[in-house]
Amino acid sequence: MSGFAKPLKIALGLAVIAALIIVPMNFNRYGLFILSQWAVMSIAAMGLNLTLGYAGQVSLAQGAFVGIGAYAAAIMTTHGWPLPAAILVAIVLSFAIGWVLGYPALRVQHHYLAFVTLAFSTLAFLLFRNESWLTGGIYGISNIPRPHIFGIATNKPLPFYYVCLGSLAIVSLAVWWLIRSPWGRAFMALRENPLRAQSLGIDTRRYTLMAFAIGSALGGVAGALYAPLTQYIDPVPFNLSLSLDLLLMVIVGGAGFYFGPFLGAMIAVLLPEWLRFAEGYYLMLYAVAVMLLLIWSPTGILGILDRYLAERRTKAASALRAVAKSRLETVQ
Amino acid sequence: MSDPILSVHNLVGGYGKMTILNGTTFAVPSATITTIIGPNGAGKSTVFKAIFGLLKLREGKISFAGRDVTNLSQRALLNAGICYVPQGRNIFPELSVRHNIELGGVAADKGLDLPKRIEAALDLFPALRRKSAQQASTLSGGEQKQLEIARSLLLEPKLVLVDEPSIGLSPLMVQQTFDILKSLRDRGVTILMIEQNARSALEISDIGIVLELGQTRMVDDARRILNDPRIGQLFLGGAMEESAA
Repeated sequence: MSGFAKPLKIALGLAVIAALIIVPMNFNRYGLFILSQWAVMSIAAMGLNLTLGYAGQVSLAQGAFVGIGAYAAAIMTTHGWPLPAAILVAIVLSFAIGWVLGYPALRVQHHYLAFVTLAFSTLAFLLFRNESWLTGGIYGISNIPRPHIFGIATNKPLPFYYVCLGSLAIVSLAVWWLIRSPWGRAFMALRENPLRAQSLGIDTRRYTLMAFAIGSALGGVAGALYAPLTQYIDPVPFNLSLSLDLLLMVIVGGAGFYFGPFLGAMIAVLLPEWLRFAEGYYLMLYAVAVMLLLIWSPTGILGILDRYLAERRTKAASALRAVAKSRLETVQ
Repeated sequence: MSDPILSVHNLVGGYGKMTILNGTTFAVPSATITTIIGPNGAGKSTVFKAIFGLLKLREGKISFAGRDVTNLSQRALLNAGICYVPQGRNIFPELSVRHNIELGGVAADKGLDLPKRIEAALDLFPALRRKSAQQASTLSGGEQKQLEIARSLLLEPKLVLVDEPSIGLSPLMVQQTFDILKSLRDRGVTILMIEQNARSALEISDIGIVLELGQTRMVDDARRILNDPRIGQLFLGGAMEESAA
């Protein structure tokens, strides 16, 4: 993305933010629900992008952390606690569990790690379903209230969409800061080569655990927003397919790219809706579109842009070398 | 020769049940280039891992600048002034040149003026300054080596452990890399190097150490080792014996 001029980037960013605030004012209830879901899933995918895209640790458990956050928020808010307190508990709980889940990553990697996290995902689903004294079991938890923010009720879809969008903005800024901090660099070093990272004094053990914990905490935040968004939760939305969906969002958007999760969530949440004109075939069309995209660009949508910019840089460097060479020959 | 800055004494350690280091003992004088040579499996890289705390020792002691540094963490060792450059290309290709250099300061103690150090490192390598915003993968092989060294200088190390610096480089680049190591030595930095290209490495070294089966066979002036017909026959190819004759 470094090929774009800075003012252009800022203008583009402001235009997108303005559009996200203004355009949905005319949306109907369903449109606002889908857009709020995009914001919530973007947060969860940003968490997975930290764990997988930046730190290189495969996880099939992000959906479980969304579930943990959702149940924490649902249980607390239906017992009279305010949503911010529930979000805080969701963060702490997901962070702590994510930290523990990071321990297997110290011993196993790649597809082995994927299976360890998959097992965790299944375990979490079974807990949501079987521990009905806490989670309501298969009947779930209903009548989850939406919060009052600064005295303003967010019961209606538009105000709650702004709650989701505001949360996405806060998380985006935090992640932006994190990946540009020494922590973010350390995560990338860990992904690229653990021995090299260790030779620079990076405590690979600590950073691996942190990558899991922070990524999971963001899953928890997303879950804590998901519960008041749907106002009813049961175990089904948090089964393995949510983890796979989140993985798809990260991969399709572009793992390790800051904006990857936003685009990936857009593809996963919004594209099926846009394809509804195809009626019964819309999910088949969606599957084919995703397959074609990944065959064309295995590094996701932002990978295409990155490749284009890299080619442009290579051409510019070759042109400079050709000029330098001809000058050298003239001198000789 | 100056006082030793690094002493390893009777190191015993290995991987799992396999013992690689069998009482390795040597000392490295300050502000010198010292090269460790030996056949494959002699324990050269393992010694480096032990010094840099990447291998838990069963026995032995490592002293650096008069302080016991045995089994310290990498962070503590970096802050004590020991830096390790592992084998092969050690840049992070997807990150920019500046970000690569910044990574050298991840272990820095609080209070260190890192931006100033980064600028100082870039001053030493003008080619890197010009390309500081570029992806590191776009640098030439020689520039990538410069980048590794610029990064390792960020914490102003007193001792640099360099594992096979010439691997994968053309002869010209090997020469450039050795020149950089010599200039570091001239600035007072101690270099401890492992090199398969033993002859070239010993030519620029002050001290040579011969390791075999995890034990120190010889520690001597690099020139004398270079001209020792037995060593020549064993590790430097038969030609050495002929040239010595």
